[in-house]
Amino acid sequence: MPSKEDLYQLFVEKAELVSAKVTTIAHEDDALKYVINLCGEKEACQLLVSGCEADLSDKAEALCETKQKKVIAAPGLNADLYKKLAAQAKKAGFECIDKGMRDHLAGVDIGFTYAEYGIADTGTLMLDCPSEELRLATMVSEFHVCVLPKSKIKANTYAVEKMMLTRMKKTPDYLAFITGASRTADIERVLALGVHGPLELHILILED
Amino acid sequence: MQKAHNLKEYREELHETLDNDFLRTTLDNFAIAYRAGRANAFKGMDVRGLIQEIADSKDAAAQNADALYKEFKANAEAAGVHVHFAKDGDEANRIITKIAKDADCKKIVKSKSMTAEETLLNHDLEDAGIEVTETDLGEWIIQLRHEGPSHMVMPAIHLSRFQVGDLFTEVTGKKQDTEIEKLVKVARRELRQKYVEADMGISGANFAIAETGGIGIVTNEGNARLVTTLPRVHVALMGIDKLLPNLRDALRILKVLPRNATGQQLTSYVTWITGNNECLAAEDGKKEIHYVVLDNGRSELIKDPLFSQVNRCVRCGACANVCPVYRLVGGHKMGHIYIGAIGLILTYFFHGKDKAKNLVQNCINCEACKDVCAGGIDLPRLIKEIHARIQDEDGHPLPSFLLGKVMRNRKLFHTLLRTAKWGQKPVAEKDGFIRHLPMIFSKEHSFRALPTIAETPFRDWWKENRPEVENPKYRVALFSGCVQDFVYPEQMQAAVDVFAANGVAMEFPEKQSCCGLPVQMMGETKASRDVAAQNLRAFEPDAYDYIVTLCASCAAHLKHNYPKLVMDKPSLKLRADAFSAKIIDYSSFVNDVLKVEAKDFTQSGEKATYHAPCHLCRGLDVHEAPRQLIEKSGMEYVECAEEEVCCGFGGTFSMKFPELSAELLKKKLDNVEATGADTLLTDCPGCIMQLRGGLKRRGSKVQVKHVAEVMSKHKK
Repeated sequence: MPSKEDLYQLFVEKAELVSAKVTTIAHEDDALKYVINLCGEKEACQLLVSGCEADLSDKAEALCETKQKKVIAAPGLNADLYKKLAAQAKKAGFECIDKGMRDHLAGVDIGFTYAEYGIADTGTLMLDCPSEELRLATMVSEFHVCVLPKSKIKANTYAVEKMMLTRMKKTPDYLAFITGASRTADIERVLALGVHGPLELHILILED
Repeated sequence: MQKAHNLKEYREELHETLDNDFLRTTLDNFAIAYRAGRANAFKGMDVRGLIQEIADSKDAAAQNADALYKEFKANAEAAGVHVHFAKDGDEANRIITKIAKDADCKKIVKSKSMTAEETLLNHDLEDAGIEVTETDLGEWIIQLRHEGPSHMVMPAIHLSRFQVGDLFTEVTGKKQDTEIEKLVKVARRELRQKYVEADMGISGANFAIAETGGIGIVTNEGNARLVTTLPRVHVALMGIDKLLPNLRDALRILKVLPRNATGQQLTSYVTWITGNNECLAAEDGKKEIHYVVLDNGRSELIKDPLFSQVNRCVRCGACANVCPVYRLVGGHKMGHIYIGAIGLILTYFFHGKDKAKNLVQNCINCEACKDVCAGGIDLPRLIKEIHARIQDEDGHPLPSFLLGKVMRNRKLFHTLLRTAKWGQKPVAEKDGFIRHLPMIFSKEHSFRALPTIAETPFRDWWKENRPEVENPKYRVALFSGCVQDFVYPEQMQAAVDVFAANGVAMEFPEKQSCCGLPVQMMGETKASRDVAAQNLRAFEPDAYDYIVTLCASCAAHLKHNYPKLVMDKPSLKLRADAFSAKIIDYSSFVNDVLKVEAKDFTQSGEKATYHAPCHLCRGLDVHEAPRQLIEKSGMEYVECAEEEVCCGFGGTFSMKFPELSAELLKKKLDNVEATGADTLLTDCPGCIMQLRGGLKRRGSKVQVKHVAEVMSKHKK
């Protein structure tokens, strides 16, 4: 049996191999600080979402104009944590939402979530998201920031099979393995990140 | 998509792609990068064991398909999903069109589904006045170009950034750059509004899990998550081959699928959907979900004792990734809708004989696809079997029929070869090559020189020169194969020399004939069976410790195919099993059994490189023995790039597709010459014929020899 520390090391190594940005944090408050900083640094004076700077068809451009402010989406967060995040976001001048994702389909800057498990041998996050808001937050965000408690890192997918089945049997269910950022190599096999989903995946491993 | 009516038209189409430099370069780069990527992704894993697990679980699922479907349907329905069964593509399309109409859907977004390509779903939906948008970048590109996919996993691999840039300029009405990063961003924005507007999403499924009634979808772009989340209706179209009893089996396949497809350890997203999940765009907050499970010939397929293994395919596309022919001509010519080796087979079952009849001939039988297959499917064998079936139904072409006739009569065949020796006199050069190719060969064959028939066949030499071995350590029978018997007897003589010096007593059963692989390759099953029976009767397997052959193709055919060919004749089957167990190739025999040592050979230190015959490295899984022998026989072995890639001979393949054979040979010889070695060694007379003929045409100084020849020459 690999130790908790071995699994953590392997997870970090594998996640970084697929372009995830991994940071280890000591406290949940560090996660909030991370999110606010990231949102602030993110293309400093750029309110547009990815691709809006390109020459688009008139229809596609219309969707881009729906975004007026930097947005952090954090559906599914526990109430206390969300309250703290919302307060900090307001201070920094960002919009913070935990629902209404369908009004932000042009894209939000940050999607902030918690993972249920980490899978070490591929650097994968397992997120159960039967809630549509949560699902969309992980998909239409430019940067997806996800907290993973260190104790929840398992060796491989076989080790999470039972947990998956438990969730799947409480139907309906919508479960995801997320490994790195959205990617494609469909044009000339050249890797490009952020096709339909996030351009960046940030994993915050929480010491617990 | 395959359009040619006959082989001539098909060859003309192949010519067009051979001239497409962009495609050739892309596929070359891909083939080389893929091999390294895959090896890295599987590092430290028991790949064979995992593939066996998948093969076993998929076989069991095929046997149980009816029960699995019932269980899947019951569990899915209990979780609020509508499940439909479609016997063929038209019915599937009708069902899906009706779902769209009933739910008043006008706009559809689709994530990638090969099954929907198979049924040509988009056409039917568009005919019904519905707008369909593919959201997978590659699929969107080929949809906009009105083309089919040219690769299972990378559907637009045949297109350049310039072509995509022009296409996007047209679509957006704004001039586009050719920078890939920017083109991807344009697609991101253009497609985002399509998701927003769509009222229905269509996806495929990689797994249909009976125990939960849920599906699993494997993607990199994340479009499947949006397609199955945003619109109020979701339809997933899947073949019955996607049915699995449980999540456990799906997780096993997931270990291999991305690694084999693209060399990734896992794709960015794997989405598991169970039941009618939340949808805030629907009136009741629940998504309307339909699963359409498609048969379209699959249930017939899984009842077939030989072809049921096709059900193991997980659509990773690896068989195309390693296919030397796909690498030359691309997917639009190496398949109809499904491409690569599996494509040739599925085309026959899903799209019919007419679409498949030319394609199935374009397999060089190098077995690279079989070696890499995630389900362990014997793809080359199935392709040949389909070829034979089509010929049995449509009639055999004259050359194939004649060859079959001749091969079944050993005496006639050997007399013809002996006569050819006299017939070739006017065109034979002293150097062992034919000066001008006979009239029956067109100029397309001039890429290689052809050898002359030898003055004395091995069987005649043997009668005069068979060595007496006192107190033998081993007793073996020699199987020469026709090429070494009548064209290159010196290779057999060299082997006899080494064997005799190592205490091996030999027999050469005179009634042996051609191994029969050429007729098998031409789809002449009957002749192939007859020849096998003849050879089995010529050998008394119990009398020898081994049956040795210097021809890798003969060895693989004798070992693996003979027992299958006589399966229906019980007495012969026993003999074939015993025969097969004793077959060994030259290098394995000398290196692993006789265990010759370097001290027995003069150490010259000359550089020699190696070509691994397909039927040795993959057919018999022999890799190290010949390389060790090269070193032992006193030469310095220099590794050649792509050493285990086919030289383009493929027996009758090189006669049928000389243009492709020439290209494969060119690549091989470029790699050989790049090593700087003056000697090229190999283990198969067919390869020698190809390589030597090509080097002669190039005027190269590189000498081609069988490993046996240098061992005999350097023997102390």
